Amino acid sequence: MSEEKYIPKSKLGQWFDSRLPLLTLSHHLQAYPTPKNLNYWWTFGGILTFCLITQIITGLVLAMHYVAHVDHAFESIEHIMRDVNYGWLIRYVHANGASMFFLAVYIHIFRSLYYGSYKSPREVIWIIGLLIYILMMATAFMGYVLPWGQMSFWGATVITNLFSAIPFIGESITTWLWGGYSVDNPTLNRFYSLHYLLPFLIFGLVILHIWALHVPGNNNPVGIDVKKNSNETMPFHPYMVMKDIFALLLFITVFLWFVFFAPNVLGHPDNYIEANRLVTPAHIVPEWYLLPFYAILRAIPSKLGGVIFMFAAIFILMLLPWLDTCKVRSATFRPIYKKCFWFLVFVVILLGYLGAKPPEGIYLILSRLATAYYFIHFLVILPTLGRYEKTDPLPQSISDPVLDKPGMLDKFKKAAVKYEGENASSFK
Amino acid sequence: MLVHLNKLINKILIIFLMFVIPFSVFSEEKNINFIETDWSFEGLFGTFDRTSLQRGYQVYNEVCAGCHSVKHLSYRNLSEKGGPEFSIEEAKAIASQFEVEDGPNSDGEMFMRAARLSDKFVSPYPNVEASTAANDGAYPPDMSVLAKARAGGADYIYSLLLGYEEAPTNFELDDGVYYNKYMPGNKIKMSEPISDGIVEYSDGTNATKEQIAKDVTSFLVWTSEPHLESQHRMGFKVIIYLIILIILVYMSKQKVWSQFGSKNLEEEEVFDKVEKVVTEYEGEDPKTFK
Repeated sequence: MSEEKYIPKSKLGQWFDSRLPLLTLSHHLQAYPTPKNLNYWWTFGGILTFCLITQIITGLVLAMHYVAHVDHAFESIEHIMRDVNYGWLIRYVHANGASMFFLAVYIHIFRSLYYGSYKSPREVIWIIGLLIYILMMATAFMGYVLPWGQMSFWGATVITNLFSAIPFIGESITTWLWGGYSVDNPTLNRFYSLHYLLPFLIFGLVILHIWALHVPGNNNPVGIDVKKNSNETMPFHPYMVMKDIFALLLFITVFLWFVFFAPNVLGHPDNYIEANRLVTPAHIVPEWYLLPFYAILRAIPSKLGGVIFMFAAIFILMLLPWLDTCKVRSATFRPIYKKCFWFLVFVVILLGYLGAKPPEGIYLILSRLATAYYFIHFLVILPTLGRYEKTDPLPQSISDPVLDKPGMLDKFKKAAVKYEGENASSFK
Repeated sequence: MLVHLNKLINKILIIFLMFVIPFSVFSEEKNINFIETDWSFEGLFGTFDRTSLQRGYQVYNEVCAGCHSVKHLSYRNLSEKGGPEFSIEEAKAIASQFEVEDGPNSDGEMFMRAARLSDKFVSPYPNVEASTAANDGAYPPDMSVLAKARAGGADYIYSLLLGYEEAPTNFELDDGVYYNKYMPGNKIKMSEPISDGIVEYSDGTNATKEQIAKDVTSFLVWTSEPHLESQHRMGFKVIIYLIILIILVYMSKQKVWSQFGSKNLEEEEVFDKVEKVVTEYEGEDPKTFK
């Protein structure tokens, strides 16, 4: 938080602000000091906020036309696509928006992993972020059920059936979730209700996420603490706002390219076949963003084991701030961790690929190896590295590494010439 | 320098993989090479060929409609912009050839009347069960979104229509099942639906098998995506608009950022470093050359 106390200029402003400090909040958000060396990987927070708001607004309009009933859901989607003015646009933005939301959130999470943003004092930001991610997955899964296509129905059947693996009470839980003895109208109705509710919970958590961020301030690519209110930070507005808008527009271009020119490429064709409980699709696959977890689920030979490992894969991340014992945040100064990080990225993408393949032969072997690495990375490598890795020396301030950048040397020389006169070349 | 290059390659690689994998994942069923065709509706500026759509409707009506419904399509769609664009009169005439049940009237009776533009396409069978029973247990799928419901889309439908062949000698086929090169599993319950001259085009186009397949496929793509043309048009405008906006925003951003900390501050900062370096090299008191 900015240290100096803000007092509104106008009398009315002072009167209002002393009763509800909205003006102080607004001032804080504008003046919020951000490290000047943030790179473009830091623009995804703003992009994600945009994604959430887009999903809520388009979803609101879709909800005005959608009918949550097994006999009408599929038809009402076609009604939206054909008869509602620009219904096709709204639906394609919403459907592709989910994919884009996850694309952005994965970049955001991996950025955090690379630069150690989850480490002290930012553990709470990290955990709230993970809660948002978990709610996002639940929301996306339930949203995918609503069109009541083949993948909706069978995806819902597979995922809800996971709970039946819980000993003793599993069957009852599944029946309770379904509201019957199979995925049916009651299931569709409650999924719709929850799909409408969860985004607002996410919105609330996003506010907490940002609040928690504004207490210690941003991490940065160098990963060392910045001196606040020095020339190492710049006010959020207009500097970061402009940079975020620029990055957001690039993101929107990719997003809308999908919407207008390849709106169905990220979905599965089978979801344009109305749900039929008598016909099982050849391969039941979730949406691409859930595939890594799906691969972990199927890599474990027992059903209960698979479910435990799948959930563990998510919840293990909650412990990350304490599993990673290294005090150095940024991977830039951790040569071994950096290699492990890129290998983890590769493994997660590989798991995503394997999740879409049938669990047999080489695919099964690979998914077991990849699953093993995933857990070893967090449970063995990170705690050990903290103790034994020899990290590179950290710079004194975030301005220091600027000298290494190409072009800086010229500036350096110029400045030297200006102050030193002709002798400048002597200390090159 | 090498480190920077390395980083850049890594970044490009990860972005590339993130995009490529979802694509390759869902193209697994596309391994069969479909017949290559130039579709006028593909690409950034893709539009439908009106006459082809009109012929396609004729093929649907005379060949497919015996078994396949397109229940999400309305007769009015036939005259709407971006479709076959029949005139209103033609569309009305088409609709009036079909009968729909309406009612109840004031006596509480249901009655039949000629279809109007506002009606949905009349299905050949009253329900899925009836159509399944009438077709030897194989349900002829509704074709409203068929082109989106099959991996390969238009290419798949076109290839399937032309993919009927004699079964290989060791391939076992039951009665009423046919061999098709492009059907997953190669077994299909639909007999070969089209042949040369099965329809007579009113516009004089030569009704070869390929022409018929192409026309009806175009028609089915349109029924799946009736707003495809406006989608492409709007998409193009939006992307152009965004590119201009991005350039303007980038320039504004550069301008705003150049104001940060004013020149003095930056020079001072660089000077601090010069001081430091010089001190290291010469071991002098840096204050001397202030």
